Amino acid sequence: MSGVDPFILNLTVFVLAIFVGYHVVWNVTPALHTPLMAVTNAVSGIIIVGAMLAAGPQEMDVGTILGLVAVTLAAVNVFGGFLVTQRMLAMFKKKGK
Amino acid sequence: MSANFVALAYLVASVLFILTLKGLSSPVTSRRGNLFGMIGMAIAVLTTLSLTHNVVYILIAIAIGGTIGAVVANRIQMTAMPELVAAMHSLVGLAAVLVAMSAFQNPVAYGIALPGELLHATNRIELFIGTFVGAITFTGSIIAFGKLSGRISGKPLRFTGQHWLNLGLGIAMVGFGVAFFLEPSWTPFLIMTAIALLLGVLLIVPIGGADMPVVVSMLNSYSGWAAAGIGFTLNNNMLIIAGSLVGSSGAILSYIMCKAMNRAFLNVILGGFGGGEGEVAGSGDAVQRNYRSGSADDAGFLMGNADSVIIVPGYGLAVARAQHAINEMSKLLTEKGVKVRYAIHPVAGRMPGHMNVLLAEAEVPYDQVVEMDEINNEFADTDVVLVIGANDVVNPAAKTDKSSPIYGMPILEAHKARTVIVVKRSMATGYAGLDNDLFYLDKTMMVFGDAKKVVEDVIKSLQH
Repeated sequence: MSGVDPFILNLTVFVLAIFVGYHVVWNVTPALHTPLMAVTNAVSGIIIVGAMLAAGPQEMDVGTILGLVAVTLAAVNVFGGFLVTQRMLAMFKKKGK
Repeated sequence: MSANFVALAYLVASVLFILTLKGLSSPVTSRRGNLFGMIGMAIAVLTTLSLTHNVVYILIAIAIGGTIGAVVANRIQMTAMPELVAAMHSLVGLAAVLVAMSAFQNPVAYGIALPGELLHATNRIELFIGTFVGAITFTGSIIAFGKLSGRISGKPLRFTGQHWLNLGLGIAMVGFGVAFFLEPSWTPFLIMTAIALLLGVLLIVPIGGADMPVVVSMLNSYSGWAAAGIGFTLNNNMLIIAGSLVGSSGAILSYIMCKAMNRAFLNVILGGFGGGEGEVAGSGDAVQRNYRSGSADDAGFLMGNADSVIIVPGYGLAVARAQHAINEMSKLLTEKGVKVRYAIHPVAGRMPGHMNVLLAEAEVPYDQVVEMDEINNEFADTDVVLVIGANDVVNPAAKTDKSSPIYGMPILEAHKARTVIVVKRSMATGYAGLDNDLFYLDKTMMVFGDAKKVVEDVIKSLQH
């Protein structure tokens, strides 16, 4: 497999991940669709990893500053998304509990 | 830290994200799932931190963003969830654009170009796609946020040649993308980004308030694709996996919402439906139709003497802040030996699953809350259906009247119950602007008034 363009490897992962996503999401109970959207907001905050790499180079320049701004934005999503999901899920209670 | 170790840590995080979504298959496992997501994110962030300089600045940025996120998450009203979600989509979109710009500014640092060389050809395409999806998500979500929070009118904004303008802009955007591919420089990149930002606005303004659940789901999907696009640029599989999970989730939710409204996806996206408060349609040749109205006492009497009651809540219930009152009422009925359940239409709230959260917030046990497909067969054996704050989702015309605009839309079959009680402020129509035959059936009793006030009066009559 040496000599394969990284794009092809990325595409392989991408297609397989869509299949996984498709099957997992159809199994989500409709009652939890709002928490699903909130938690996917947090998960799409994974862009924070790209933002950190952008902010990473030792030399500070426009690129690293853009990266730092992106880190801040993505962190809002990560923290906000997971915490609001936690808050919502804590409300779902069975009878008599 | 070795590259292999980093890749393995990213794999662990990716698996945890999949388990996060898997956990949402039931409320019991969902909290653990959310915890998995937090752990996965922590692993991803800490691993990445080991690869970066400027650690202090990065931690400060995370602290600022994290604090804002935490404060908002704690303060937000559950009715405002759709706005919050839309606002968060816009942040992901903007972050994707900024990361793409940074990657273009310093490609060597990302390993997508050798020093002194131009960006690799495939990376140019990836960067282009990641940027325009991010830019459309950013401005589109801001407009959606504005419409959902009432800062912008929910009325669809339409003008002649709108679709042609969008098409032209889309072609121009791709054109500058091609120019960027041929000659990677800032000019085509920035023009392309600016067009994408404009397109984001133009694509969402013609879509009416009633279709916002679809739009929010769609932008949810876009925000995932934007993250995946950046993953391609950075050759980062974890970003690709997490982005794809979000992308497919949003796409499936859009599909479910369209189906629940019986609308073609393309039709929603092209817009123009559901401008807000309705008036009785066809008032020119309106025939005065007879309906029966009663008091909250009558409603209390009917429900108190029933064996089974199904409550059909709509968004109007949340607008009137009557969720807690209705839970009080159900408790009283349950104490009297009445079997009480809630029937939820997929578009009962303003985003998928919204009504379930609003009821859960009011401490309604989730095992009393039943989805449309599960409960529709049971209306015929039900003594009383209480429709409160809902309208179009119980309109039998969707099943019987081929000329109706909502014909074919799946509905809650409330009309099959022995008695129907409808709580409404007036005879005005719902989002679809249609009259509802359910209100004129012999077995239907209309109770006029504010939902909360009516339910509180019912509670008083049940306490006697």
